[in-house]
Order: sequence, then C-alpha cells, then structure tokens
Amino acid sequence: MNAGPDVASRRGYLYNRHTLPVRVMHWVNVLALTILLMSGLQIFNAHPALHWGKSSYTGRPPLLEMHALERPDGQLVGVTRVLGAEFDTTGVLGVSTERDGAQSARGFPWWITIPDNRWLSMARSWHFFFAWVLVVNGLAYLAYSAFSRHLARDLAPDRGELRSIGQSIRDHLRLRHPTGEAAKRYNVLQKLAYLVVIFVLVPLIVLMGLGMSPWLDSVLPGWVDLVGGRQSARTFHFIAAWLLVGFVAVHVFEVVVSGFWNHLRSMVTGRYRIGTEGHNDHGMPSHQRGGRP
Amino acid sequence: MTDATNPRRHFLARALGAAGALLVGGCERLSTSEWFPKVLGASETASEAVAKLVTSRRSMAQEFSAADLSPTFRSNGTAEPDSDLYRALAANAFADYRLEVGGLVARPLSLSLAELRALPSRTQITRHDCVEGWSAIGKWKGARLAALLEVARPKPEARYAVFRCADPMEEDGTHLYYESVDLEDAFHPQTILAYELNDAPLPVANGAPIRLRVERQLGYKHAKYVTDIELVASFAHIEGGKGGYWEDQGYQWFAGI
Repeated sequence: MNAGPDVASRRGYLYNRHTLPVRVMHWVNVLALTILLMSGLQIFNAHPALHWGKSSYTGRPPLLEMHALERPDGQLVGVTRVLGAEFDTTGVLGVSTERDGAQSARGFPWWITIPDNRWLSMARSWHFFFAWVLVVNGLAYLAYSAFSRHLARDLAPDRGELRSIGQSIRDHLRLRHPTGEAAKRYNVLQKLAYLVVIFVLVPLIVLMGLGMSPWLDSVLPGWVDLVGGRQSARTFHFIAAWLLVGFVAVHVFEVVVSGFWNHLRSMVTGRYRIGTEGHNDHGMPSHQRGGRP
Repeated sequence: MTDATNPRRHFLARALGAAGALLVGGCERLSTSEWFPKVLGASETASEAVAKLVTSRRSMAQEFSAADLSPTFRSNGTAEPDSDLYRALAANAFADYRLEVGGLVARPLSLSLAELRALPSRTQITRHDCVEGWSAIGKWKGARLAALLEVARPKPEARYAVFRCADPMEEDGTHLYYESVDLEDAFHPQTILAYELNDAPLPVANGAPIRLRVERQLGYKHAKYVTDIELVASFAHIEGGKGGYWEDQGYQWFAGI
C-alpha cells in the first residue's frame, strides 16, 4: 500500500486503514451491543421502572415509570412518568401494538425487544450470553490495542490536538471533515469519543450489570452502595445503555456525512480511499459540496 | 457518482439489509429452536463457575440497617394459595402445620411450627432481588437450615435440598411450587426457614408459615409456603427435571445473576 498521490488516479488512492483484528472486533461489537440493548429492554419490560437507592420500595416514587391506564371506553393509554412529569406515550412506551395487532401493556414495543413477545427467561439467556461476548471481545480489543500500539498511535490525542478541540467542534458542526493525508488520522473529538466509550461507558455498564447480581454482591458486601445501591446500579446500567445508543447515533451520522461507503468499505475490507487535489474522500469534487479547498 | 453502481457497494448494501432482517426475524426463530437456547445456556455455566470462583462458601450477602427497610414488603407470585388443605391450616393459625424432612437423610423429621421456632435461629435484614428487576428490603427471622440438617443428617450421596410448597401454580390445583438448592447454599449461615417478617409472624402473602431465604440468589429461589424438604442426589426425576417451578419454564437454576 504505497501508492502515493503522484501515481494515483484522479480519484486518489486506497490505503489500509483498519487492521483485520480491529475490523472483526468492531463487527462483533455491533452484534453484541445490538442484542444486549434489545434483550435488555425486554428484561426492563418485566419491571418497567427505574429507582434510586438500595431497593425499589423506599417510600420515594420511581425516577422513571411506564404503565398502562384503561379509559372508561376500554382503550389503553400508555403513560410514562419521568421525574414526576407525565407523558402520554401510547403506541411506543407503556402501551403498544403487539406483532399480532393487539394493543398491549408493555414498556418498550415489540420491534425493539428480543424476544419480541413477553419472555423474560429467554431475554436473560440472550443477554448473559452476549454480555460474555462483549466482555471477551472488549478484553481482546484492549490487549490487542495496547500490544499493537493502536491505542497509543491512533487513539491517544496529543497536546496539540487537545488545544484544537474548539476548532474541531466548529468543524463538526459545519460537517467539515479533514481531507487528503489529514483524513488518515482520527480527529480529536473522534478520539475522545472512542476513549470515553472504551474506558468509561462500557466498563460502567458491565460493572453496573455485575452490581445487580446478588451473588456477586457477596464478593464485597455493600460495594454496590458506592453508586447508591442496587437499584441505582440498575438505573446507571439503563442510562449507560442509552448513552451508548447516543454514541452509535452520532458515530453513524459522522460516517454518513464524511463518506459512508468509503468508511463502510474500510471497516469491511480495511481499504480507505484518500482523495487527491480537487477531490475529497467522498469521491466527489469538493466544490460540489462546498468543502474546504 | 459511479459509486452507486459499484458491485461491491451493492453487496455491502444487501449484506446490511440481510443482517437487519436476520436480526428481527432470526432471533425469534432461534429462541424457539431446539439447539440455540442450549448454546446460550453455555454462558450460564460460565457465569456460575466464575461466580463460585470469586466467592467462598461463606461469602455473605449484604445486610442492612432498620433505616433501609421497605415500608411494605411486596408480595409477588402467589399471594394466597388456592388449596383447601392450605386454607384449613391457615384458618387454624398453622397449629396443625408440620414440616416434613426426608429423602436422603439418616433421620427423617416431622416438625411443628413450635419445634421449628425452638431451633437455633438467625435474624437478618436483607435485600430481596426479584428476577423482574425490583428489590425490597425486609427483616427476616427463621430457623437456620444448617441446624435442621445437622439433626436430620444428610447421607453422603445427598447433593440437593428440594423444597415442596403448598401453593398450586395451575388453576386446577396441580403443579405445586417447588425449588431446590445445593448443599453449599443449604448449609450457608444466612439460609433460613423464615417464620417472621419485620418482627411479625410471616404474613400469608409472603409465604406463611415458612419461607426459604437463600440470600445470594434471586427471589424465585426463596420458596414460600414450604411443607416438605427432601434431600436428593439429583432432581432430574422431579416434575420438569430442572430443579424448580420457574426453572422448568426456562429460568436459570443458578439464580445468583
């Protein structure tokens, strides 16, 4: 892969962006996180409420609660209460249409849960299996990234980059992305986002999951009280899951606006196209989308 | 924009679409298949092995203070057993209740409530974690199961204690609730046959007159309305063969996670 810009065609050249282990572990993560989210929402549906503290029955109302009310005419109304404020969420939260067309009282709707019908034991089987997949994959990734220097070389921002965060935020808001040789490096916001996911969100969600286990609580009785108690751990687990969903939404958005096919190919085959002068990495002349010269 | 016709991109687009369809439709088919739940079950074996590895026989569940008590202790599952036998016992304040201890023991026992209360007891404020996700904190007092088993003396081949209960799980009065624990849990210091909740006799809604407390596991292990304890070498021949009413419905036998 040493086709320099001078020998490249008008559309630039391909270089190897992602190593095989990173590509494999990325897609294993996609599968595991998707199933963990969907089976987790099925588990949540068994008790569609979140509490703060050591127990669910403390005399204080839950932080979040989804339930169904029946109107005098027999219609079900889905109600979601967040910090005391009530919302009618019929059709999505609290009450939604089952796959067979019947209205039913359930937290999250069928199309976002695994299994789609009410089946707590099966959801737990899926969840705990893919929790192992996530943890083993994550540990393999950490070992690989440390050993191959992927972490130090590609993910750790240097001082100059940290100073340019303001500029990077402005660039992201204007949907401007580096082109040419600069596109070979992750930008500083991207690096920070990945580092937060790797070292904060995923460890947090795993730890809060373990914190819900009554058996593992006996390793060091009371450790879960450090985050407020078992029900607080359950709440953190739920919040961390949606923060990961938020990360994925932004991640996919950035992939789409900075060259969807180019990025997707690089995460499948490893090869990423760097545009030449007058072209950016989208394979389009830059003047067509008002990019930087 | 020749890229849209690039065959590799077509392939990727199709692969993505297929992955989505596979996820939605496939999970359902996998869940109801014969083989896939067994694959998923492999992780349960791993979870139990690791849980046992990082704890010891005497690792204690967290205990709480009176300030942490839940205002009312939630009743879940059976709130009042639909059985004439049970109603007759309850009507008489369980004066005629006997706990039968048998199976692989040197000395089978039949104990009245008064005799159970005379056994060495333990009082503990613990958190009850339901498989559904909620927790409640209650103060339990009961006979230490270890003390009872020391009198009954399990035979060397005994591996599990099976608890049979008075509450039928079917409307026709069949399928009495049952549960089982291994001897490690049976002899654990916090494993008790509770007869008091929050300093009052155990209410019917919470399992009167006797409810098992096995504090490092989820709520469905804590059998209510216990009438018989049988020591066995294997529970494969009992009911669905999975060691408990909910286990027979697909829930994990090791309920520590």
